[in-house]
This record gives sequence, structure tokens and C-alpha cells, in this order.
Amino acid sequence: MDKLAAAAADQIKTGIPEFKAGDTVAIEYKIIEGSRERTQRFQGVVIARSGGGINETFTVRKISNGIGVERIFPLHSPKISSIERISVGKVRRAKLYYLRSLKGKAAKIKEKR
Amino acid sequence: MLGIIGKKIGMSQVFEQNGTMVPVTVVEAGPCQVVQVKTPKKDGYSAVQLGFEKKPEKRINKPMLGHFKATSTEPYRFLSEIKDFEGDNSKPGDMITVDLFKIGDTVKVSGVTKGKGFQGVVKRYNFKGGPKSHGQSDRHRAPGSIGASAYPSRVIKGMKMAGRMGGDNKTVRGLSIVKIDTENNLLYIKGAVPGTRNSIVTIRRQER
Repeated sequence: MDKLAAAAADQIKTGIPEFKAGDTVAIEYKIIEGSRERTQRFQGVVIARSGGGINETFTVRKISNGIGVERIFPLHSPKISSIERISVGKVRRAKLYYLRSLKGKAAKIKEKR
Repeated sequence: MLGIIGKKIGMSQVFEQNGTMVPVTVVEAGPCQVVQVKTPKKDGYSAVQLGFEKKPEKRINKPMLGHFKATSTEPYRFLSEIKDFEGDNSKPGDMITVDLFKIGDTVKVSGVTKGKGFQGVVKRYNFKGGPKSHGQSDRHRAPGSIGASAYPSRVIKGMKMAGRMGGDNKTVRGLSIVKIDTENNLLYIKGAVPGTRNSIVTIRRQER
């Protein structure tokens, strides 16, 4: 698998901040409309990181107008202009899929201090 | 037709300039050496025989060694013929590298598919299987009728039935080259390619 990792090595981004499941992050995502380019901000809780190397993705969940919204981002996508870690969550799992069935205060993640 | 022999390394992904993710198969292709040139005059058809991956001389048997000695090329582990190789003036000893291809070229890739063992008709031939409910039992993955009764009183040849699947030569057409790494002899081909990791594949340019 060494050669495969080396084949994608030039696309691996450096300087990605450390974050894990439970953390609240804000992602600046580039959107290209014809010739115009703008960035969109998506803020929420990271509920999973999966894959490795160039294939790594992470899932961010937020509640928008009372409706749960999840987005999966490829970690090394050139469309992501920045990832900002807003708070560190205190969780005991790597995948927080249980948040999907929780509402309101129960779905809140305690902050690590 | 242009072609090269390579070794499948595995699948990965490449991000394009605009951020689109493209699934690719990484193939370590070449460098290959022309071992023999076949001509219509002598062999009845035109082709070049390419050698891939050097093999130590003591590991090779005498008849094969003679074949390599005839054109004074080094012994290779894998040999493959490419018919009607473009630029018919290639000579034995010529080196062929990934420079043969350009980004955006359409290629076809041949290799031996992964062996699947003994499989039923649903997996092997994409049969539909039987109904899943309404009082059905034992019919879920059955092939159905395999023919009529008194006439012809036999099953016609070539009837699709369960059996060994995979492990045969397959060619996938219409794949395109996304990226070329000349330094490490790597070709990044969009889509999947037959075979396991480290299996030998031939990549040929598809005309039109």
C-alpha cells in the first residue's frame, strides 16, 4: 500500500487543524457559480471521521431551522478554504451517530475544559 | 495502436483543478522494452512484443533466454504483444514509457479479473431471482426455467447456470487518463480496472 499512498502524497494538504468527533467546527467552502466564486460557511458538530490518507472524509451535523443537516466533506478537498475549530467536545465515542435520534438539550455536547 | 504493460497498484482519488473528485486506478506502467517485432512478411501480422519487469538471468529457462538473446534484450518476467503498434519503425531494444500517453487519452485496459469461486446465477449473470414474498420458498435466488420439456428433451448448449466466476480475461473500454507521473512511471486511469492489486494489466490506447 506504500506506493498507493505515495501516489496521492502530493495532494495531501498540510496545515489542517487537529479536530475529532464531538468538536464544533466552522468550514469555509468555496462555491463556484460560473465565473463567480464565493465561500459558504458551514458550522456544526463533527460526528465522524472516516477513511484514511487522501480518502479521508468528515461529517458535520447542524440543526438548521429545526431540521438536522449533515454534510460530508473530503478532508483534502481543494474546495475547503479553511477549517476552524471552535470548541472541543467531551465525548466517549469516535462516531456520534446517536445524536441523530436526540433533540434539544439532549443533543448538546459538553465542552471539554 | 499504442500500448504498455503495467502493474495495478490500487484505487485512489484525484482532485481536479475545480475541486471535483475523480476516482482513479493507479497503475505502475513500464518501462517496457520491445523484445520482438512481428511483421506481416515473417509472422503474418504486425505487432510488437513488450517485456515488463526484469528477471535475473539465472531464474530463466534456456529456451526463453535464447528468445531474449536473439534480439540482445534483457530477460523479462512478463511479455505481451500489442498489435499494429503505431510507428512501425520500432526496433527491438526500444524503451517504452508512460510518455506514450497524454492526459485525456481514451484507453482500454485488459487484465485477469478477481476470482469469485462458484457463484449462482444472480451474481454471475445478474438474474433477477424469484419473488421474495407471496408464499414463495426456496425460489429467492433460483434461475427459473432452463428450457422446454418433450421437445427438445435436453438443455440447449450455453445455458447460463451457476458455476465458476471470475479469473478470466476482461477488457474495460472507454477509460481515460487523468494524470501521468513520469518520474515514478505511474498512470492514473479514471475508473476501475480488472484484477487484484499487483496484477498485470495491459493498457492500450483506444482509437476513436
